[in-house]
Amino acid sequence: MAVRSRTDTFVLLVDPIQCDGYGHCAELAPELVHLDEWGYPILATTPTPLAARAVRESARLAVRDCPRRALRVERHPGAPVSSRSGRRSE
Amino acid sequence: MADARSLPRLLTGVPGHPASLVEHRARYGAASPGPGLLDQLEAAGLTGRGGAAFPTARKAAVVRAQRGHTKVLVVNAMEGEPAAHKDRTLLATNPHLVLDGATALARAIGATRVAVAVARDEQATVRTVRHALSERDREDRGLALELHTPPWRYVAGEESALVHWLNDHQALPQYRPSRPSILRVAGAPALVDNAETCAHVALIARHGAAWFRALGTEASPGTTLVSVTGAVARPTVVELALGTPLRAALRAAGADLAPQAVLLGGYGGTWLAASHLDAPLANEALHPLGASVGAGVIVVLPADACGLRETLRITRWMAHESARQCGPCAFGLPALALDLQAIVAAGPDAPVAAQRLAQRADVIAGRGACRHPDGVVRLVRSALDVFAAHLDAHRRGRPCAARARRPVVAVPELEPEEDLVWQ
Repeated sequence: MAVRSRTDTFVLLVDPIQCDGYGHCAELAPELVHLDEWGYPILATTPTPLAARAVRESARLAVRDCPRRALRVERHPGAPVSSRSGRRSE
Repeated sequence: MADARSLPRLLTGVPGHPASLVEHRARYGAASPGPGLLDQLEAAGLTGRGGAAFPTARKAAVVRAQRGHTKVLVVNAMEGEPAAHKDRTLLATNPHLVLDGATALARAIGATRVAVAVARDEQATVRTVRHALSERDREDRGLALELHTPPWRYVAGEESALVHWLNDHQALPQYRPSRPSILRVAGAPALVDNAETCAHVALIARHGAAWFRALGTEASPGTTLVSVTGAVARPTVVELALGTPLRAALRAAGADLAPQAVLLGGYGGTWLAASHLDAPLANEALHPLGASVGAGVIVVLPADACGLRETLRITRWMAHESARQCGPCAFGLPALALDLQAIVAAGPDAPVAAQRLAQRADVIAGRGACRHPDGVVRLVRSALDVFAAHLDAHRRGRPCAARARRPVVAVPELEPEEDLVWQ
């Protein structure tokens, strides 16, 4: 497994076609999601450091519990400390 | 060789009298696509004429580099933009120029299928293309030429929606999180190019990059087809060198030379105040003004019209044309239309509506699977900016003097929602 840089970040992304506005994500990851007036999620666009464990856990729960499976986490490599740190997504 | 500086290049002949293959060969000479077409396109600096202005050579190279023993070249002649009729006009004049370019591109990327997509509502164009394809049976050995006729919808010509239709007969945009994403038709990598783009390819294959660059600007070489509607004697398509001042474009089309504003790019484009009419029609000059050439659309707004009312009419129609797949588009665009309606009505809630409109535009931008909502947001924002004086009057409760006036933009009628065809 690649060595994870301390500066690696992630963003939460939504497939807007899959999303039906259940709004569970805003409950589970309020740090990253708020809802618009129609109940659809507005996601934080600023990347969150992977080191922020609590936010990472919120994102994981939001992805897991989305009834439409519309969410995913995309990781972005930070400053390279390992030659093997590439772009990953889950 | 055709004089590099003479116009028109694409629209030689008479619109409505499509050149037969024999006439076409007499007019333009035989197609002789040699090797290295993509290098020539790169040197020519050709960009897509469907709206996005992406470099044609780069897009083709991405598909060519894909694995798979077959590929598909899709000619996009859907022309979903109601203010545009340039692809239709081109096909009604020189259909074989489009097909020459398409087959040359197909060979350059290793495609064995050429799928031409024309909206089925455009029956004359469908007939022209069907006939032109039948003339070419022997021309294009090794290539399967097909005609496809999806329903006409604003978003049906968006390339992922077009590919979706070719695969599943659903003219709905797809979610493509990573770009450039590879579109696939029946599993094969697909290159989608606008019909006019293909015609330019055919001429670059014949005459080379230097010839192509003899007109246009350094950053925006070549010519482009421009559809001019609104305050004009009749809707007109003109072929112009990129970089031609907007005022000269209006003159060439016989349009009102003292308009209030022009809508550039398309319904999802930008209003530009008349004070900018000396700007060249080229993205490097228009981008700093927040505008772009887009699909080559100019709608001319006369001095006595209300741009906000016209924007309301367009927005209402664009909201109706949402594929209703994504919440922010399905709910957001009708909300924008309601705010505009309240502003134009100049009632007591107009000031609140104006504020809410700007906020809602910010909320909606960038949140659809395709760029349809972003286009409407761009249109609305530019209207608030360019028609600030009208906005101010409406907020103070003064309805429009232009109310009694006949509407300017030829917005199609709203079809009942249950009659909208996507399949």
